Amino acid sequence: MTAFFQSYGIPFEAAWLLSTVIGILLIALPLMLAVAMIIYADRKIWAAMALRRGPNVVGPFGLLQSFADGLKVFLQETIIPSAANKGLFLIAPIITFTVALLAWAVVPFDVGVVLADINVGLLYILAISSLGVYGIVIAGWASNSKYPFFSAMRASAQMISYEVSIGFILICVVLWAGSFNLTTIVESQKGYYGFLNGNGFNPLLFPMAVMFLISAMAETARAPFDLTEAESELVAGYQTEYSSMAFALYWLGEYANVILMCALNAILFWGGYLPPVDWAPLYIVPGILWLFAKILFFFFVFSWVKATVPRYRYDQLMRLGWKIFLPVSLFFVFLVSGFLMLTRYGG
Amino acid sequence: MIQVFAFYLFAVLMIAAGALTIFARNPVHSVLWLIVAFFNAAGLMVLVGAEFIAMLLVIVYVGAVAVLFLFVVMMLNIDFAELRAGFVSYLPFGVLIALGLLAEILLGLGVWKAGPLQLAQRAAPTPADVPNIKAIGQVLYTDYIFLFEAAGIILLVAMIGAIVLTHRARTGVKAQNIDKQNRRRPQDAVVNVNQPVGQGVEL
Repeated sequence: MTAFFQSYGIPFEAAWLLSTVIGILLIALPLMLAVAMIIYADRKIWAAMALRRGPNVVGPFGLLQSFADGLKVFLQETIIPSAANKGLFLIAPIITFTVALLAWAVVPFDVGVVLADINVGLLYILAISSLGVYGIVIAGWASNSKYPFFSAMRASAQMISYEVSIGFILICVVLWAGSFNLTTIVESQKGYYGFLNGNGFNPLLFPMAVMFLISAMAETARAPFDLTEAESELVAGYQTEYSSMAFALYWLGEYANVILMCALNAILFWGGYLPPVDWAPLYIVPGILWLFAKILFFFFVFSWVKATVPRYRYDQLMRLGWKIFLPVSLFFVFLVSGFLMLTRYGG
Repeated sequence: MIQVFAFYLFAVLMIAAGALTIFARNPVHSVLWLIVAFFNAAGLMVLVGAEFIAMLLVIVYVGAVAVLFLFVVMMLNIDFAELRAGFVSYLPFGVLIALGLLAEILLGLGVWKAGPLQLAQRAAPTPADVPNIKAIGQVLYTDYIFLFEAAGIILLVAMIGAIVLTHRARTGVKAQNIDKQNRRRPQDAVVNVNQPVGQGVEL
């Protein structure tokens, strides 16, 4: 895209700046639309699993429900508790939302269609999810209220615990692919057994795919790990004191994070923008559609789990993260690196 | 041109954040300014071309160390007015330490620039197409493996030391055995008793 603008005679820096800004808009705006639609999809899926209808009043089939919700939230009065630390109170949802959008800069939508094709793409995503903790911790502290503070401490401890096991799972994938660059990781997933596209089809990495799905649910505080938002226990957790746009930012940020984790799952384990089977006619379908299909499928799984299973108690949650996921993912790092030493890189 | 602009942006923000870390009235604000300083340090690393170190800086410092600081600072009830009272009396001492550190940095840089490592680097620089991570890995795990393992052992000792220092043997703690809980069956948990009215139940 930079070359496109350069061809009009604009100097390099301005062309690069312009193309980057346009690239950002091309990712952020459809992402916002996707988040709105996926909130609607979430509600419809839960409804279907509970033999209900879900939103079907606003717009045809209730499709405009999310926009109606957005409008409602926009028009509400923003209440800031008088004893709250005003600056931090308002910055926290901004951090959450911004960080949720930042990670999309390195997601490859097709071969070469990525905003920032950096060699440490996966590390960048790990760094961004580490930043997500701050939106929650600052919100809890700045609310100057017992329940939000308590819930924020719990939520952030939960997030950093599952980031560790996610880190080890990512290391397994990186060892197998040989690079941190996300495009390279996707391309290296071509052709297992000659025709399958995806790390998840590899028996050594399939358990990691399952663990990543579960750890991603815990990382984004989705059910069954959503104790921090449990209505009966902590009101609304760290979001209790928030209203109108601040709450909307949290809500949208959380779903943007969920879609990011689904996309990451698709990219790391199930072939990203590659079709599931390495069959020439399937490549006619643009890669971005394959990625969307996979994201939708994994989001369906996320939603399915939320509608089905009961919640984990907090100590059970932490036990799962530290005593089970961490040793197992560490063991798999050994296994994968041992296997690679024996086969690919010579004994 | 963008590089120059970016460098000055990161450097100025970092120095400002560092200064605000000291001058902030609220300890939580101090930690948050420290996080901003870490971020800008990562930005400077990217400018130099050490993107791996930059990402590690964010993951380790911002994601773990600063979260730890934040937890501790939030849970403590620090009376900041008391802490700030001795500021002026400690100022000359502080300036002395700062000058000492500055002298150390300048000396270290001077010795390195004149020494054998720098000459070797100038004679045979790392090829540009080797990615950052590979370059570090090729050296760290072969020539400096002992230092690497020693650093790991130091961290392990620190962790064990912290646990040993704070561990108390508490009596009367009822720990859960998850396997035992999972193995519990409805037949063992519920007993149906048809008891006549007025008489107690013996389980």
